[in-house]
Parts: sequence; structure tokens; C-alpha cells
Amino acid sequence: MMHTADLLKVFAQHRGDAIVISGRGGRHWIGLSDTTLDVPLGDPAMGGHSGFGLGLALAQPDKRVVLFDSEGDILMSMGQLATIAEQAPANFYHFILDNEVYATTGGQPVPNAKRMDYATIARGAGYPRAFNFSELDAFSAELPGILKAPGPVFVALKVWPEVENTPIGQRVRWRKRSSDQVVRDLREALGAG
Amino acid sequence: MADAGALSPETVMRQMKQNGVTDVVWLPDSETNWLFLLMQADPDLRLVGVTREGHACSISAGLFAGGRKPMMLIQNTGMMESGDSIRGWLMGLKVPIVLMVGYRGYTRHGVNTDTAATYTERFLMAFGIPFFLVENDADSDRISVAFKEAEKIQGPVVVLVGDEYHGFNR
Repeated sequence: MMHTADLLKVFAQHRGDAIVISGRGGRHWIGLSDTTLDVPLGDPAMGGHSGFGLGLALAQPDKRVVLFDSEGDILMSMGQLATIAEQAPANFYHFILDNEVYATTGGQPVPNAKRMDYATIARGAGYPRAFNFSELDAFSAELPGILKAPGPVFVALKVWPEVENTPIGQRVRWRKRSSDQVVRDLREALGAG
Repeated sequence: MADAGALSPETVMRQMKQNGVTDVVWLPDSETNWLFLLMQADPDLRLVGVTREGHACSISAGLFAGGRKPMMLIQNTGMMESGDSIRGWLMGLKVPIVLMVGYRGYTRHGVNTDTAATYTERFLMAFGIPFFLVENDADSDRISVAFKEAEKIQGPVVVLVGDEYHGFNR
């Protein structure tokens, strides 16, 4: 198991000029980078981050698009894997943070948490490359090669859960910009605004 | 050709072109097969097929964020299934987009036997989403009106296609 904060620090060293949709790693990523090419959306509607990443990758084929998704989101929208594999954007790097639970609702296990192999599922859906990592050393060693080769690629990362039990309304808000502002900033940065 | 009282796929394609649509994110329904064949033959249009209509919302939001002009093409049943995705990905992110929605069960006179039709307009009113009904070619200018409205409100606008089993399904 890895800590999300640690693996994001490793990723940050290799990010380059990629657009980063920080997804479920957002609260840690914002301390590492918060430019207009960082896309912290919070959770607009669960299960949709992979679709957003696909759309962005298709719209910006010359930029690498990196997404930190989660296993709960994948389970909710597994059909997105088929659409992503069919469109096959070579600039899309799809990471999932698999903590085996619904952490933001108190840590209840996701269905079949211990037996799911998301990399195998992604490969079966048609992703040409898919990986599993549970140790930081192995992830650190392989990451540069993963990011240098074309996508779409799927990388499943086993992470320790960071369970939240306080009522949502009492939680500390980590985002500095609203979701629509993030999109406006990104469009402007890409010359689309 | 479709009969004069129908909405032809060619008309819908013209409207899409006039309004600069670059990508159609869609899931098939009984109204849209002929339109699909036309779209597929157009090299300037990208089709993104989804397995569930709600996925079309986040994909469209991503396309918009990257500077494209997507349109969604789904059925009313799928639209209702997509409620939270419409809320979060389209309304929340302020994505100006037209959803062309096949109006399954629509009978014009309002007496229907299909609850998909019963709840369609109620759903849209509950979400506060503007909508326009298009039944035939004479109505097709409303599609452009819908595009203008989406830009104005910076959110989703629905075109209900009340033409099941006619022009789109020759």
C-alpha cells in the first residue's frame, strides 16, 4: 500500500507540461501544484472523472492529460473504459487510487474490494497498456517509462484509505477555486476561452 | 426522403453544422439511426459512443473544457437516468451544450401510455433546463434557438425530438 501524498510527490517530478485532473488526489495535489493546467474539480458527480479526462484528451491531442481517478468511480462507470479504449487517445494517462473503500462516506468497503483487478479489467476493455502497483519503490521506478510511452494507459495504485467521518458541511474545504472557475481558467490557458 | 411532416436527419445535420458542432456524444435510440449514418459519413464530425447516457455529460464537459463544441444525442429515458451527471457535469461546470433528446412515447395530444413521455417535461422543469420541441422540418430553426440559449445561460438546453418512427427511422 502507498500513501496518496507520497505517490503524487513522485509523479510531480515527472509531470512536465501535462494537464493534471487531480480527482481523488486533489487535496494532496493542490499543495504541489495549482496552476491553470491543474484541474481540481472536487466531485461534480461520482463516476464521471474518466469521461471528463477522455473529453479533454480528445480535445487537446497535443497535450498529455493525466487523471487520478478512483476505484469507486470506476465501479460506478465501468462502461467508460470501453469508450476510452475505443477512442484510444494516445495522450491520456489514467491512474486510479484504489483504497478499497468509500473513504469520504466513512470507509465502507466497495463491492468485492479485495478481489478486483482493475488493470486486468482495463486491459480486457481494450486499453493497450495497464499496470498494478502497491509499493512506492516499484511505482517510482516504472513511472518515467509509463509516461514516456503513448496512451491510453491505465495504472491501478493501491493506497491507504484516508477515511473522513465528519459531516460534509463541517469539512475543511481545500479547493481554492470553484469547479466552473477551474474550467474557465483552463480554457483560457489553452486559448479556448 | 422522409415525408413533409417529419424531421429529416439532413435537416438536423445542417443545424449542427450551422452551429459549429465538432463532436457528438451519443447513445443510439429508436429515433436516430439514420442520423447516425449521416454523422458517421462526415469526416469533420467526431462521434463518441457511450454505454450509459450520464457518461456523455462528463465527456462533453471535458470536450468543452478543451475548446471543442460538443452536442449530446440521447433518449429521454437516458436523460432521466443521467440526472446527477447533468447537474454536476453540465450545470455545475457551466457547460453551454445542446442535448438532442428523443422523446420516446410522445403523442402530441398528451394522452400517452408510456411513462417515459409522462415524466420527460416534468423532469426538465424540475431541473430548470430550458427545452424546445421539434416535430418536423418546419420546426428545425428551434435547434439554432436552443444553441443560442445554451450560450446565453452557459448551461444545458434540450431539444426534444417528437418524431419517433418517422424521419429518423425511415
